[in-house]
Amino acid sequence: MIRIPCPFCGERDHSEFSYGGDATIEYPALDASIANWHDAVFQRQNICGMQFETWQHLNGCRMWLVVERDTMSHEIRSVRPAHTGMAKALEDET
Amino acid sequence: MSARRLSTGGRVDRSQTLSFKWEGRDYSGYAGDTLASALMANNQRLVGRSFKYHRPRGIMSAGVEESGAIVSIGEGARHEPNVRATTQQLFDGLVARGQNAWPSVGFDMGAVTGLFSRFFAAGFYYKTFMGIPPFEWGSGTGIWMQYEKLIRKAAGMGDAPSAPDPDSYEHAHDHCDVLVVGSGPAGLNAAVSAARAGLDVILVEQDFELGGDFLNQPDAEAEIKRTNLIALIKAVNVRIMTRTTAFGLYEYGVAGLLEQVTDHMASGSEHLPRQRFWTVRAKSTVLATGALERSIAFGNNDRPGVMTVAAAGVYLNRYGVLAGEKIAIATNNDSVYQTAGDLSRADATVSIFDARKEVSHALGEAAERDGITVQLAMAPMNVLGSKTVSGLSLAIANGDDWKAGGTRSCDLVLVSGGWSPVASLLSHRGGKLSWDSENACFVPNTFSDRIHMAGSAAGVWNLDDCEVSGMVAGAAAVKDFGKSAPSMSAPMVGGWENPIRPLYEIKVAGEKLKSFVDPQHDVTAADVRLAHREGFVSVEHLKRYTTLGMANDQGKMGNIIGLALMAEALGKEIPEVGTTTFRPPYTPVSIGALCGRNSGSHFRPLRRTPMHDWNLDHGATMTDAGLWQRPWYFARDGETITEAYIREATTTRSAVGLCDVTSLGKIAVQGPDATEFLNRVYTNPFAKLPIGKARYGIMLRDDGLVMDDGTTWRLSETEYFMTTTTAHAGKVMVWLEELLQVRWPDLKVHVTSVSDQWAGCAVAGPKSRACLAACVEDPAVMENDVLPFMGVIETTLKGGTPCRIARISFSGEMAFEVYVPSDYAPAMMQILWDEAQPLQGCLYGTEALGTLRIEKGHVTGAELDGRVNIDDAGLGKMASDKKSYVGDTLRKRPEMLREDRPRLVGIFPKDRQQTFNGGALLCKADTVSGFGEGWITGVTHSPELGHWIGIGFVSGGHEAWAGQTLVAADPLRKGNVDVEVVSPHMVDPGGERMHG
Repeated sequence: MIRIPCPFCGERDHSEFSYGGDATIEYPALDASIANWHDAVFQRQNICGMQFETWQHLNGCRMWLVVERDTMSHEIRSVRPAHTGMAKALEDET
Repeated sequence: MSARRLSTGGRVDRSQTLSFKWEGRDYSGYAGDTLASALMANNQRLVGRSFKYHRPRGIMSAGVEESGAIVSIGEGARHEPNVRATTQQLFDGLVARGQNAWPSVGFDMGAVTGLFSRFFAAGFYYKTFMGIPPFEWGSGTGIWMQYEKLIRKAAGMGDAPSAPDPDSYEHAHDHCDVLVVGSGPAGLNAAVSAARAGLDVILVEQDFELGGDFLNQPDAEAEIKRTNLIALIKAVNVRIMTRTTAFGLYEYGVAGLLEQVTDHMASGSEHLPRQRFWTVRAKSTVLATGALERSIAFGNNDRPGVMTVAAAGVYLNRYGVLAGEKIAIATNNDSVYQTAGDLSRADATVSIFDARKEVSHALGEAAERDGITVQLAMAPMNVLGSKTVSGLSLAIANGDDWKAGGTRSCDLVLVSGGWSPVASLLSHRGGKLSWDSENACFVPNTFSDRIHMAGSAAGVWNLDDCEVSGMVAGAAAVKDFGKSAPSMSAPMVGGWENPIRPLYEIKVAGEKLKSFVDPQHDVTAADVRLAHREGFVSVEHLKRYTTLGMANDQGKMGNIIGLALMAEALGKEIPEVGTTTFRPPYTPVSIGALCGRNSGSHFRPLRRTPMHDWNLDHGATMTDAGLWQRPWYFARDGETITEAYIREATTTRSAVGLCDVTSLGKIAVQGPDATEFLNRVYTNPFAKLPIGKARYGIMLRDDGLVMDDGTTWRLSETEYFMTTTTAHAGKVMVWLEELLQVRWPDLKVHVTSVSDQWAGCAVAGPKSRACLAACVEDPAVMENDVLPFMGVIETTLKGGTPCRIARISFSGEMAFEVYVPSDYAPAMMQILWDEAQPLQGCLYGTEALGTLRIEKGHVTGAELDGRVNIDDAGLGKMASDKKSYVGDTLRKRPEMLREDRPRLVGIFPKDRQQTFNGGALLCKADTVSGFGEGWITGVTHSPELGHWIGIGFVSGGHEAWAGQTLVAADPLRKGNVDVEVVSPHMVDPGGERMHG
């Protein structure tokens, strides 16, 4: 059981969350080329170690989060809201 | 009589007699007994038969590592197989039987398999079912099915009960600062140290009494220490959980515990669960889980009357039972001498055969003072007797080897091959073990992540040292919280005066010995060597090939011996061979505990619409739609389901029908950028949707496949009401949230699920407008110019119920969807139903709904299964080429544009009198094989057309198969039917009725 520190709700069991995917993908414009979209949708690194990934606090605040997690040890180094505006607001507050 | 209860001594309460049944006969024991100690007190030595060879087996240990006394307890639905008699607390009325024996453990017909044991060696299954050379006789599935029946009967453990489990189970959760596992000398001290520093401590003990090895000491001093420590932990508010096993340790200090709440009671309590499955989140963990004594492989070392030395000490000192009168102890280490003295003082005749060539003078002298004969450089070779022990033939050192060394008569053989720290829980967390050659055991490495090993689990052997080790671990846990704690130096690993002599197997040239490594799975030393010869040399392969360590003791006693034998065969050292990984659970966990309350009707959540009771009152038969219960059909006057849905569909097409559509997902989309957001999400344009109009929309995934469809209603400049399919409601909500938060944070839009806030009813059929006009306060709002096709209004029903009405159609008829706040749902249904009846209307369920939509070729979740793109679904016209939307690009990748992709079609039986099955594959008439040309997703009887019809997909669409006959292939249900493929729009293809 991973425990994820939600920036809004505090540390919770990972069973409250749902895994999204690779948080480093920059999705191209909607009208970008097939090659660009192909890479964004289908090409994934299989990282051994720290990776940024999105999780949604589904059974909590429903916020999408960017979690920096070690795929070997499940160590979580950082968690921030995926919404850039909210992440900045939280940062400014602290 | 060889085993007996002593008149004094032990912790059992001789004033409380408990009766129990064993193998159908009555016996008695005392309060404080385990089933094993009570059986031993009654001199019941033969308690089971082995897994493969049906060899007689007895009690081999006094704890969780038990490999012999695996029994079944309870009767009927409460019958439980594979219970360790050594950990089952005795209660009055306990009923127990031996396993894997017929007719009884004493006389077992299955023992005949032992005569053929050379055919049942390691890999027996793999070899035999490849067939018997030279012609591979007996290979193939059919024959295997026959073998399997026989083998299932002959091999295996206890029988599972077939009746439903009458007991209840619970899940529970907790948090603490420090979790201490084990309440022995180390655990108790660790708990005291941590709690004294003000930390919240939970102490978990698998036994029914606290104290661990304190309980097994003969002297009063240990008992005083134990009671003092227990008083201390209570004084500092340590939370104590007995009969609770920490079976697994996970990341972030999460531990899985199994609490056996009523397993020690004659009848379960109606107010208590039988077991509780705890998830405890601890910030720091101390593992004081003890160590287990190993056996040694020698001839017939599995006979009833062979057990570990420590076990005999436990039976004597804790339960007041002397396990034998003429006792031969075989050892390679110091740990047995204390127990030997205890046994001797209890009037047993004790001989020690110590494999070491020398031990300190003091050790030998102390033993002799106790009247024990000690013979060095001797080891056990072969046990004499079959259902009981009559003697032990010995081996005597011959250089580095062994030679036969005479026979001694005895009635009990005790063995100690050394001790193994219990580090399973640390291993669950990825903690590593290192081989300590001085103590011949794997000891845990220090682990950085707030887990502290203590006592014999850390390889510390002496009781006093274990207490110190517990204090050190407790202090380390305190430091995890940034608090100061007294600095103490941890005791060294080990603690014996004389070094152990590593000894795993006694081999004597010329002697053919049946030496067991894992008695519970009947794995012998010869099996390990066979595995080596056949190339299974990795420990992981060895385990799987021989099943070594795969029984319910998970190799607690035998694994190290197996590793040592493999190392020897390979000419390597034990650490080079390594260990298999321990995985949860440490001891077996019942499926019931894993399920908790989530069984039967509580297996998954149940969702009822707010008009559920109203539907039932009006004759609905319900069906499951995901988690929802929806009306299936409303049978009248003994109608069958088919008669009912055909009537409902017919009435809806000719008059008016009402259907509960509350289960559709409903999402409020609000904000200044709501229009732009929807325009990106849906394939069709939403930028110019006027207020008061609805639009049918398709949304795609990034990869260009269809995610969902539904209607979205524009309520104001900045507010929309989106509906989704029942099946995808949750998924769509998550998707919209992801898009807004992760991808397009600049859009000012908020989405809110309002599925539970609004109840909906479809009103469909040519008289639907008349029906609704009679229901609303102002009938003028229902006029065609006020509420045209795809129009939306917010108005009130008679009586003042606020509602939203949209003129949208899933049935293909003129139709409306009416939504009211959920609390008004029964009132809405009643108003609508009161006006529908004079119009000869009806209520309809999902079955008729299916008929109406299949006739029209409308898609649902059965078609939008995640493999279908918008063109496949026949909805290509919904894809705008004037704007970009999610999935726009990848829906045009080459694979998506192939002409032969399966496309939505209608299906008619060639012979219109025939029917066919949903799920059938569509195949060419001459090639009914493989994946076919397509598949059928739905079948119904069409009252409009007067015959059975279907909907599905065929490669290339219906145009590609015009005039051809296909087969709806359903060979398993013997339902191959000739069909023809038609346009999916089977009724009213022009859509005049819904626009009318």
